[in-house]
Amino acid sequence: MKLDFEHRQSAHCESGVTSSLLSNISGGRITEPLAFGIGAGLFFCYIPLIKINNGPAIAFRTFPGLIFKRTCNALGIPVVRKKFNSKAKAEAFLEKCLAEGTPAGCQVGVYYLSYFPREYRFHFNAHNLIVFGKEGDNYLISDPVMETSTSLTSYELERVRFAKGALAPKGQIYYPKSSVYITDERMRKAIISGIKNNVNQMLRIPGNFAGVKGIKYTGKKIKKWRDKLGVQKAGSYLAQLVRMQEEIGTGGGGFRYIYAAFLQEAHSYVQQDELLEISKIFTQSGDLWRDAAVQASGIYKGRLGSQEDFDRMGDYLIEIAELEKNAFRALKNIKWK
Amino acid sequence: MKKENVPQDEGALGKITKEVCYATDSSGKYTTQLSAGWQVKNEALDVAWKDVEQRIAGARQRVLNGEASPLLFFMELRLMDLGILSDYTGYWKWQIKRHLKPEIFKKLSNRKLQKYAETFSVTVEELKTMTVNET
Repeated sequence: MKLDFEHRQSAHCESGVTSSLLSNISGGRITEPLAFGIGAGLFFCYIPLIKINNGPAIAFRTFPGLIFKRTCNALGIPVVRKKFNSKAKAEAFLEKCLAEGTPAGCQVGVYYLSYFPREYRFHFNAHNLIVFGKEGDNYLISDPVMETSTSLTSYELERVRFAKGALAPKGQIYYPKSSVYITDERMRKAIISGIKNNVNQMLRIPGNFAGVKGIKYTGKKIKKWRDKLGVQKAGSYLAQLVRMQEEIGTGGGGFRYIYAAFLQEAHSYVQQDELLEISKIFTQSGDLWRDAAVQASGIYKGRLGSQEDFDRMGDYLIEIAELEKNAFRALKNIKWK
Repeated sequence: MKKENVPQDEGALGKITKEVCYATDSSGKYTTQLSAGWQVKNEALDVAWKDVEQRIAGARQRVLNGEASPLLFFMELRLMDLGILSDYTGYWKWQIKRHLKPEIFKKLSNRKLQKYAETFSVTVEELKTMTVNET
């Protein structure tokens, strides 16, 4: 059984799954940047007390699950979302979805994801894919980061749906409940609310660790990493920063380019010329993040390593924080027509 | 980033799939461009794996020195920390900490050894002798 479903490759798994599932029910209008922006996906967060894979816990995007939830909410699309304790029930539910003709989004862990290259298989549990059919014992899989659709045996799919550890998926499955026609007015409102949400998330979130303040805080911390951790470990920390920023799924520049693309697309629904200008600032920010990554690689490859090199690395982030603060302030100050 | 500047440095992922990057065309409009990879991040991934290998080698040495049970070696090999291993086996973290001691590991029941072996995708014999037969 194979549902009528078109695989689309995207940059990021969750905004990709969201736009694919919604595109199916909305006649192709929800692109990946729109899903990412309406879902207020752009973020920054560094939690110094937590370690992931023995390195710093850094995120450039919002908490897993929120993009789909917010996008559907804003567009008035009812959502079905379920978690399971029993593997058998989880599979039965998936079979039922397919029998009813509904492609379903699943949260999975990547450690046992057989079609991923070995080098990418860490214990990361917030990956997303779409199941759109079954042939024999093979489930047909549309994984947004892959160029073509692929498949997993029922055992392989069960294993990744029930991966363990932080953010364990527990067989989580989700899909839009019914088709809707999204009017231009609805889209306009959703875009504006997505932007407002993202402004709050980056400017008004309390504490030092998150939002634009978090970027500046991280920049200051990096300057101390050399003394505190030693050059080698500090290099490993920077490598982890770069991986979070550039590894499969960010579209480049820690999601800043996707956000810039979103603001351009938003302009065709919300005719405010400020959006185009602010989009350019996010492009600039993405470019700076990538310059910072080049500096970081100099350190983890051992070409650089002096305190000045670390200061320069930290200064990149401090500059980015200032730039993004201005960009989000400009978004905040738009007088919506 | 301009479309023509999207890097094409093949890395681990590039062998299997190219990835989508967002970049601007000549008129400044955003579009997508496939990338085979980027040297800077390929190297970041190499650093991460080099760290993992170092930890595996360190764990092997500690087991050989009699300072830890083979569980430590397999935890590093499978990139697991106490939390992940606890979730997969159903044992409490404090129980696993005990099992990490060589003298306690030696007295573990076959049932428990079997549980660990399954989690690490090895046989009990391989678990005890720190043998890995990877394909």
